[in-house]
Amino acid sequence: MAILETQELTYTYSMGTPFEKTAVDHVSLKIDEGEMVGVMGHTGSGKSTLIQHFNGLLKPTSGKVLLDGKDIWADKDKIRDVRFKVGLVFQYPEYPIFEETVFKDIAFGPKNMGLDEAEIKRRVYETARDIGLKEELMERSPFELSGGQKRRVAIAGVMAMEPRVLILDEPTAGLDPAGRDKILSHIKRYHERTKNTILIVSHSMEDIATFADKILVMSKAKLFCYDETVNVFARADEISDIGLDVPQITKVFGELRRRGLDFGKEVYTVGYARDLLLKHLNAKGGTLNC
Amino acid sequence: MLRDITIGQYFPGDSIIHKLDPRFKIVITLLYIVMLFSGGSYLCLVVGAVYTFGAILLSRIPVKMFWKSVKPLLPFLIITAVLNLLLMNTGDVIWQWKFLKITESGLNTSLFMVIRIVLLIMGSSLLTYTTSPITLTDAIERLLSPLRKVKFPVHELAMMMSIALRFIPTLIEETDKIMSAQKARGAEIDTGSFTTRAKNLISILVPLFISAFRRADELATAMECRCYHGGDGRTRLRQLRSAPRDYIALAITVLFLVGVIVLGKIA
Amino acid sequence: MENIIEIKGLHFAYESDEEGKKPVEVLKGIDLDIKQGEFVAVLGHNGCGKSTLAKHLNAILLPTEGTVTVDGIDTKDEEKLFELRQRAGMVFQNPDNQIVSSIVEEDVAFALENLGVPYEEMRKRVDESLKAVGMYEYRLHSPSQLSGGQKQRVAIAGVIAMQPKCIILDEPTAMLDPQGRKEVLATIHRMNREQGITIVLITHYMDEAANCDRVVVMDKGQVVLDNVPEKVFSQVDKLKAIGLDVPQVTELAWELRKAGCDISPEIISEEECVAAIQKLFAD
Repeated sequence: MAILETQELTYTYSMGTPFEKTAVDHVSLKIDEGEMVGVMGHTGSGKSTLIQHFNGLLKPTSGKVLLDGKDIWADKDKIRDVRFKVGLVFQYPEYPIFEETVFKDIAFGPKNMGLDEAEIKRRVYETARDIGLKEELMERSPFELSGGQKRRVAIAGVMAMEPRVLILDEPTAGLDPAGRDKILSHIKRYHERTKNTILIVSHSMEDIATFADKILVMSKAKLFCYDETVNVFARADEISDIGLDVPQITKVFGELRRRGLDFGKEVYTVGYARDLLLKHLNAKGGTLNC
Repeated sequence: MLRDITIGQYFPGDSIIHKLDPRFKIVITLLYIVMLFSGGSYLCLVVGAVYTFGAILLSRIPVKMFWKSVKPLLPFLIITAVLNLLLMNTGDVIWQWKFLKITESGLNTSLFMVIRIVLLIMGSSLLTYTTSPITLTDAIERLLSPLRKVKFPVHELAMMMSIALRFIPTLIEETDKIMSAQKARGAEIDTGSFTTRAKNLISILVPLFISAFRRADELATAMECRCYHGGDGRTRLRQLRSAPRDYIALAITVLFLVGVIVLGKIA
Repeated sequence: MENIIEIKGLHFAYESDEEGKKPVEVLKGIDLDIKQGEFVAVLGHNGCGKSTLAKHLNAILLPTEGTVTVDGIDTKDEEKLFELRQRAGMVFQNPDNQIVSSIVEEDVAFALENLGVPYEEMRKRVDESLKAVGMYEYRLHSPSQLSGGQKQRVAIAGVIAMQPKCIILDEPTAMLDPQGRKEVLATIHRMNREQGITIVLITHYMDEAANCDRVVVMDKGQVVLDNVPEKVFSQVDKLKAIGLDVPQVTELAWELRKAGCDISPEIISEEECVAAIQKLFAD
């Protein structure tokens, strides 16, 4: 069943001025509970504006956002509750860190929810484990930590609110490959434990290919597509046309197809490509160099 | 041309007022202030008003924009006018009710004051409306440059000012982002009681300060890498050149000033 | 060809904040020569010392031990500091924190103003630099209206205006979107090709390193690999062990090779990969 739904969602900036710009244009989509969704689109495609509607930071100019089938703007005073149910981790989330200790910073969200001490403590420690922060870090100042650790503290701060939907805007921006892999694997583990819905915005197709069940692509304020990962990568040519990169491996297999070697359209990870090639090579017969 | 510096109240345009050399504009504005306060008669104020509105018309900026700059100060103006009116007790009494009385000189003083201040605001708004903040900073630096001889840090002040101008949009954007991020964690910033809001302000100010310090640090390194070493021996890309129109504008202003002084003496 | 950068036995240690603790050694003996006109990528994960190395090329940091010479100038020579910084310009990661002025062209002129270049010459160099990075139309804009990639190009123009022999870029694309990354990379490749400027690109993106003349891989304050990209990336095991990526095509070739296929390990481009797979199936 759909946990998040938008109906003809439209958002226009600076209405009635010469700078008027429609950032999200009649977007209708349904995101099912428990899915791991990759969100793509280049800067200015409307993806950041779209995700800020999911937790009520922005109010639609027209159209609706439904959470559990209920319009989130039906009762304006309850909008803060929506923010607890739909957690949003912004880009470079470590910038807004401000507390003296890691524990306090992660506890900021749960405290705002009005939870009692014991519950706050439980949640902070649990999410710290999920995101791979050691317990001895909890009483340290977050400002002494490394870039990757700070980033994880910030993500834990949102996870600790135990939102039913977790949205992360480019959680790996600026990190090195090791930092990136660590964060993505911890998010994956969190997903497996909680079965919560997760949306991750990323510019890296290679990354999205490794974790997403479904991909949402925005282009020029409109929803370009929202579909299973396999089906989206099968449209690699169209994706390239709207200016997005497809994984290198997908490009290679596209080129092979053009040259008469067709292995199907759904190749986007190295592991899959290897298995596929080996299978075909073996099928070709034992005379190979393999 | 430099319309892209949108902070402050700069209204881009290419009127003759916009084109004046900013150094002259500052000097002219100072003379203008002297003019407003040197004449003691209504006639002098009329001359001042003619000068003000003449310049406004030349700038081609709608008069209502000037009204906008006066409006926020209205309550203050009204209060001081009323106080002046009631506290000046010398001269002929025009109106009296119990212990409150209004005298002719009281009326004159407060009217004078209101008109002068309104004209003053309009005139100085004309300067900021037609000159971008960065140009203004530059002009101030050059006007004050003789003070360097007495070790006054003119260049340093101007550099600070222009860096501040450069970073205002960046910091505004950053504040916005931090606010959104804290709101997403349930911080009540535009709702909630006064104390929660004040407390939550900390969650915005602390990151903002930290970020500002980091930026300052990185900027300092970047400036050093580009051979910055203070104002000594610096040349400038921005050239300020005075044209005949600058001298004409200055001459007109001086004429008005002399006129006002003479008118004041006659009356 | 002549060496523009010569690094000999470079050690660098930070004094620890806490008293009594030993200084933290970041660079542990680096020897590296870079030739005039080379395009070198320095690859490594965060904290491997690559940014610290970059800061030595511009005398922001001075060696604890060893020497760094840029175009014949020892970075310890205070007399020649400005000359050094003119010859080896620096571009940093955060585009916002290196732009000084509210107007693009004045920012590009900043270094020239500091160096006291006369107006006519300055005007000419500023316009040329802005044209070289494709930002001339934006010369009167405010930096706050530009995209990240455009801001980095302005920063590059500001360095080029000094007419340097060498540009050091410290993770210039880390904060940019893919579009901005492409813009910046295309710009520095053009500077290298057309003006013969030596480029030292510090990065952790392997795809940026794949197009360089030479890749220097750093780990724990030392140079662990130094070769042409094909040779460096073919060491998939070693790179993965120190937490770096290899291009997907290189990884595929490596995996296939492990499975017993006869495929070259030195594949770094899509074109090479397509050809190699075709060859496998052609036999």
